[in-house]
Amino acid sequence: MAKAVRAEPEPELEVPVPVRGPERGPIKLRVNGEKHELWVEPRRTLLDALRDDLGLTGAKKGCDEGTCGTCTVLLDGKPIYACLRLAIECEGHEITTIEGLAQGGELHPVQRAFIEEDALQCGFCTPGQILSVKALLDENPNPTEEDVRRAVSGNLCRCGAYPHIVRAALRAAKGLAERPGR
Amino acid sequence: MKRFRYARPERLEAALRLLREPGAKALAGGTDLLTELKARTQEPELLVSVQGLQEPGLRGVREDERFVRIGALTTLRELEAHPLVRDKLPILAQAAQTVAMPQIRHVGTVGGNLMQQVRCWYYRHPFVRCWLKGGEECYAEEGLNHRHAIFGTSPCIAVHPSDLAPALIALDAQARVVGPDVEGELALEELYRLPDERSRARTVLGPADLILEILVPKPSEPTRVRGVYLKAMERATWSFAVVSVAARLSFEPGSEGVRARVGDARLVLGGVAGKPWRARDAEAALRGSPLTDEAIERAAEAAVAGAQPRAHNAYKIELTRALVKRALRSLLPP
Ligand SMILES: Cc1cc2nc3c(=O)[nH]c(=O)nc-3n(C[C@H](O)[C@H](O)[C@H](O)COP(=O)(O)OP(=O)(O)OC[C@H]3O[C@@H](n4cnc5c(N)ncnc54)[C@H](O)[C@@H]3O)c2cc1C
Ligand code: FES
Ligand code: FES
Repeated sequence: MAKAVRAEPEPELEVPVPVRGPERGPIKLRVNGEKHELWVEPRRTLLDALRDDLGLTGAKKGCDEGTCGTCTVLLDGKPIYACLRLAIECEGHEITTIEGLAQGGELHPVQRAFIEEDALQCGFCTPGQILSVKALLDENPNPTEEDVRRAVSGNLCRCGAYPHIVRAALRAAKGLAERPGR
Repeated sequence: MKRFRYARPERLEAALRLLREPGAKALAGGTDLLTELKARTQEPELLVSVQGLQEPGLRGVREDERFVRIGALTTLRELEAHPLVRDKLPILAQAAQTVAMPQIRHVGTVGGNLMQQVRCWYYRHPFVRCWLKGGEECYAEEGLNHRHAIFGTSPCIAVHPSDLAPALIALDAQARVVGPDVEGELALEELYRLPDERSRARTVLGPADLILEILVPKPSEPTRVRGVYLKAMERATWSFAVVSVAARLSFEPGSEGVRARVGDARLVLGGVAGKPWRARDAEAALRGSPLTDEAIERAAEAAVAGAQPRAHNAYKIELTRALVKRALRSLLPP
């Protein structure tokens, strides 16, 4: 291992890097296909930006520290915890929340399957569960029960609706597979 | 969370310069750092996001003649799913699969996983000023220490939580680092240290040093090498390692009807010490003899020989012994 301690003064950078904050400033987000400009501090989490600045309260704040899954949203189609992500880090990415799933008044097939299989009780974990299942089916249209269990393993359900959640996911997969044009 | 400034440079040079400002801290996926910012165990003035860097090699997995090369910004999900990792480094694929849950694996990076902070409940508590946070005392020493270390001497008895680190050390991986304090390639094992009175840091990197890549040497005779990663968890998913074992053995060519001898051995334990813990005595016990039941017993005993349990964690000795045996048995050549 080479150790180097540089003492000599460094030349100016050709292109200075903008340093933002700590005050509020503009950040650009794309949520459910729509562009938004927010006026927030760099420390704003994506979860707070969605809920408090954009009024999208479908993503819930359960623990705010990455241990419950109620804040799950999709970032470029992949499930993430919105409470562990800075909003400013989401610039240039596409965010999908539960509010963005229904199209033209039609529920998404995963949402419908959750209703048909009665896959919720209080419903607090449901937006996160549905988004985790949607991301799974987008990647793997033919999941096994084990695949589903792994996919929702980061979404706690304190009501214990798990068996129904798994059934709903498998039903949605079947429904999507049988849809005309697929 | 305290307020901070934020920058997202595209050039490595710019990132390194920003990181040298007082109070600067690198931000990768943020899945560990945000929990620290919220608990105020870290209060940086400036967050330097490395996500905008365009440096070649920082993202993804590739191979050259000697190494499988893993960019520090590769996500845990990309790692577990990558064909090169699955085919050539199954120990690492197995370790990556056991980390946290999909939501963290999609965001958390290899570099961040290796550099993550300990999960000790005293350290993570916002109102407890333990030794690691600059206080006087390690409260786990006399307090609740179920999850704490059984090996190593340090004023802080928290264990290192990374699953990737033991797996990569068993694979003899190196880290390629740039920065003012460390520059060049260093064996991953050398990255880690136990905190002491001189420095409470858990790695040899300074605050402005960055890991760019992890280099995993390719075995010259891959068919003779077998490895496995086993992790004891409180539940089947979403749990840090209570104890984990990364084992890798190379076998010498055996003659017909004779059990092949072990050539080289690596046995690295997670969840049992303040850094990934290499069980060198157990490795030595394995080298040169066939992998018989007796050899496995001897290695498992050697692996726990120096253990120093505390009031609530003696169970980890039995767990380590059993996990080492199970790992080694799974490596018996067919
Ligand atoms: C609920 C939960 C469960 C978890 N379970 C597990 C588990 O079972 N096993 C496990 O191994 N981990 C587990 N983790 C930890 C998780 O794997 C890490 O949070 C993640 O890998 C960190 O990566 P990141 O990119 O988000 O890092 P960040 O949070 O961005 O950074 C973490 C630290 O690393 C530093 N850093 C980041 N990148 C670099 C770099 N390239 N060079 C130098 N320093 C750098 C940062 O400055 C910071 O100090 C869990 C985390 C959570 C929240
Ligand atoms: S709010 Fe619990 S994981 Fe984000
Ligand atoms: S339905 Fe109540 S938490 Fe899942």
